[in-house]
Parts: sequence; structure tokens; C-alpha cells
Amino acid sequence: MEMAVNSQFMAAAETVSPLFYKTLVEHDLKLERSETTTLQVNVGLLCNQTCRHCHLDAGPGRQEIMGHETADAVIDYAARGDFEAVDITGGAPELNPNILRLIEGLSRHSSRIIFRSNLSLLSDGKRAELIDVLKEKKIVIVASFPSFNEIQADSQRGEGIFQKSIDALSKLNTLGYGDSETGLELNLVSNPAGAFLPGAQGPLEKRFREVLQNKWGLQFNHLYAFANVPLGRFRAWLKEKGNLDAYLERLASNFNVCAVEGVMCRSLISVSWDGFLYDCDFNLAKGLPMGKQKTHVSEMAGPPDVGSPIACADHCYTCTAGTGFT
Amino acid sequence: METYYKPEDLPKFPDIEQGAPELAQKFFDYYNAVFAEGALTEREKALIALSVAHAVQCPYCIDAYTQACLEKGSNLEEMTEAVHVVTAIRGGASLVHGVQMRNIAEKLSM
Repeated sequence: MEMAVNSQFMAAAETVSPLFYKTLVEHDLKLERSETTTLQVNVGLLCNQTCRHCHLDAGPGRQEIMGHETADAVIDYAARGDFEAVDITGGAPELNPNILRLIEGLSRHSSRIIFRSNLSLLSDGKRAELIDVLKEKKIVIVASFPSFNEIQADSQRGEGIFQKSIDALSKLNTLGYGDSETGLELNLVSNPAGAFLPGAQGPLEKRFREVLQNKWGLQFNHLYAFANVPLGRFRAWLKEKGNLDAYLERLASNFNVCAVEGVMCRSLISVSWDGFLYDCDFNLAKGLPMGKQKTHVSEMAGPPDVGSPIACADHCYTCTAGTGFT
Repeated sequence: METYYKPEDLPKFPDIEQGAPELAQKFFDYYNAVFAEGALTEREKALIALSVAHAVQCPYCIDAYTQACLEKGSNLEEMTEAVHVVTAIRGGASLVHGVQMRNIAEKLSM
């Protein structure tokens, strides 16, 4: 008899071996590329924050940063690849000295440029030129905003970051970002502030919208709720707190066959600060190159072939847990 | 150290079907229906469950619904307030019986 038990109890009840590849085989699934429509560009690991959930271990001490030659090679690849979207991430992309050159170049080759921001740098009063370019080119801003609770947010991102984030959102709203009428898209990303999974995106977005509007008069377009990936600084924190095994089991026990179809690595290619290619930013963090061999962006004639295998490891359970990670 | 409550026992909850599978099925069907989104959100229901878990002092339920509350977007301030609500009701329930005590004492006393 198959027992339907409340999922909260079942989460602890299931003990699935954290072997992602084996899970795929058990479900007769293969992780292969579909059409690659997004180019993700990681411009470096330098960041002004040291967030506890960072899968890349980014921070102020990191020296890895994309130089102008690699930036040009990435722009050339964007021209060859004809990608629907280009997603600029880091570290903190604001701190890359070539960021304006990159945005200018990439926006010539793709109609949708996404700029990931930790928000705190957009409110420091030193980014006027960057903010003007973002607005002028209608660059989509995807901002990290884990919680509208100051204690939770600062415990993940650092003391004082919450208030800086509120200031940045306010500034962006003043410019027209987050208003559905302006075409200036502002999306929030909420990662849980701890070793637990995110809730359903719909109700969470509704609540964020109500609280941000009522408390601070802020608006945004969409909210994405993503699980934290057990790599980098987050993995170290999980280990330190004795949560690693339970968290890995929780991800594995929430494996959703349907989520495999929509995982981002099927339609995205990620280029690191030094120009090498990965199936996603998490494989970049793990050091798992695309095709299991280091390929430089300058060697690619176009997007990867449809049907190419995708490198996977146990952190991939993050993207297949619950409703997935796209 | 041996204890009646062990975290590893929580995953055995479904085993309770053995012996009375039909009753267990009815219970779990009802349970799942109760916690589904309705007039109250799943988040609100998890907060109620968390506070009741403290009233009935069930370690399994406290474990499960602390996690559920966090996952559904509640924060520590809200969860702590929920525990205070049930504490106030528990304490109030004791104190209000003081009226009975007073009634009886009044009847018995000169």
C-alpha cells in the first residue's frame, strides 16, 4: 500500500543515496542539451560581500576577474552564437572594470541582457554611469533579495546589506525599474537563509509584493525562489553546522522527474572569467567543464550541439528539487 | 544516551499503517487535505501547526514544522510570536480556572 503522508514528514522519511547520475538512470532519463538560447557570462569572483550561501566563494579578496581580451572574445562569441539572452553574473559584476565595455558589446548581439546585482553596490553612489547604461539599454536587473526580514537577510548577506538593498530598490524604482509600464524589468531572487528549501514561488512572490509595497512602497516584476547549491561557502557552512548530509538528502528526496526537462543547463552555456566554458555556473564553481574538457570561448563556432551530454554531479539535485531551478 | 524520542524515528511515521492500514490511509488523506492551501495559506497553517506542536510538546512536530515554516517563508520573529500565542492560551487556560477555585473557596469559606 502506498501511503500518502504529509510531505513535511516524508522529507525526513526518505533517504535517497545522493548519486545524481544513478537517479537519472533509475528514471530512464538523460541530461542532454536542447537548443542553447542563453549565454551566461561570469565576469569574476570579486565581490564586496561574502554571502554565506555563495556557491562560488566570491568575496573582496578574490583576484579572478575577466580582463578586456576575454571580454572581447565573449562579445565575439555572442555575435556568433545569436543567443536570445545574455546573463551577466559574478561575483559582483559592478566591480569588473570592463563591465561597460561588455554591456555595450553584448547588447549589440542580443535583445535581452540580464545583469545580476547584489544591490548593495547600486546604492553606494559610485555607479552613476553604469546605472545610466543599464537604464538606457533596458537591461534586465536580477537582484538578490533573500528575505524582507532584516535579520534573515543580513545573516545571509552581511550586516547592513539589507538596508543598502532597500535603498537600491528604491533608487531603481525611481528610475522606472519594476514598473510594468516602463519596460525596465526588475526581478528579485530569494534564496533561503539557511539549510532549508524555498517555498512555492507563487505564494512567496505574492507575499514579497505585499510586504515590499506596504512597508517601503517598493515594486518589482517577478520573484524567483531558488534553493541554495551545496558548493563553495555554502557547503562549508553546511559542514560547519553539521547540516550537510541532511541537506543533501533533502535535495535528493525532493527529486522531481518533471523538473529535469526544464533545468537551465539544457538551454544555457556558461563562460567563466577566464573564458572557459561550462554547462552552468554551478559546474563552473565545481570545476566541471562542458564536455569534460576545457574549451575556450574563442574555439566555439556557435552554440553547443543539441543532444550534447551535460556534465553532472550531486549538486545537480539542487536544480531538480521540487519545482526546479531555471 | 538512550531516549524515548529519537530523530531517526520520525521517518518511521508511515510505518504506523501496519496493523490498521485503512485507518492510517484515512488519517493521512485527511491530514494532507487539512494542510493544503484553502481559506488559509499553507504558510499560515504551518504557523498554526508549529504553535500547536509546542502546546502538545511533540518534538517530531516541532522539528517538522520549524522546517516547514522556514520553507514557506516565515521568519524567526513570526515563529516566536506564534509560540507565544500558544503559551498565552496555555497559561490563560490555567489561570482562568482560578475562577473555579475562587467560586469553591468562596462557597466553603466564612
